[in-house]
Amino acid sequence: MLEITPLHYSLLSATLFMIGVIGVLVRRNVIIIFMSIELILNAVNINLVALSHQLQDLAGQVFVVFVIAVAAAEAAVGLGIIIAFYRNKETVNIDEIQIMRW
Amino acid sequence: MAEAIVFYPLAALILGLGIMVISARSAVHSVLFLVADFLLIAVLYVILSAEFVAVIQVLVYAGGIVVLYLFVVMLVNLKRDPEQFADPRRLGVLGTLLGGAVLAQLIGIAVYSSARGETTATGAGLGSDTPFAVGNTEQLGWVLYTSYLIPFELASMLLLVAMIGAIVLAKRHL
Repeated sequence: MLEITPLHYSLLSATLFMIGVIGVLVRRNVIIIFMSIELILNAVNINLVALSHQLQDLAGQVFVVFVIAVAAAEAAVGLGIIIAFYRNKETVNIDEIQIMRW
Repeated sequence: MAEAIVFYPLAALILGLGIMVISARSAVHSVLFLVADFLLIAVLYVILSAEFVAVIQVLVYAGGIVVLYLFVVMLVNLKRDPEQFADPRRLGVLGTLLGGAVLAQLIGIAVYSSARGETTATGAGLGSDTPFAVGNTEQLGWVLYTSYLIPFELASMLLLVAMIGAIVLAKRHL
């Protein structure tokens, strides 16, 4: 209990991941859904860094750098889409964004 | 021991702030909770002796991405609450329950597999007396520019494309 093992980090990561997933499933504001996706990416990063520390292998941290780069790209493009959509429809409610829904 | 004293409050704060992010009423509050969460995760990286990743986390996430979110929240000036109109087919409670079920499953898998392979999963390499070769910025840079050179260049191309894409999307008239 007093010694912190990678299992503790994995449990923290899994819980944060599911908080993000519940945010994506439950919230209706698109911006908050994007923030939940950032939480999910951070949960994955925690896992990668913890295992990189455990295995004394730098590949995990290199992956974290790439994940952060992809997250930055995703945030830029996603928020661009939100702004473009808001300009046309005046809403960020995901239940009203349904033109492409089958 | 010392790691445990830091880890448990930190983990509780990270999870609590994560719940605040997805449950806050206003989007601005959500963004502010997100900044605090990212900073605490950076502290976690420092504990794991990944200093470079911690600095990147503070600079890129807490400094860059979150400011972008804040700008968009301010730009998207909502006259009415976005949570007002609800699709009647949306099942929020079911989503939460399913999320909890998947979480229980993940925790079960993690605990079970670590109990089975205890010597490999929790033994080697984590003792505080081992010298930390990982987390050294110089070593990370060396690995990044030798073994991972092509993915690194591809990441730079991805960022360029994303930058152009964001400008094209957000611009009013091309």
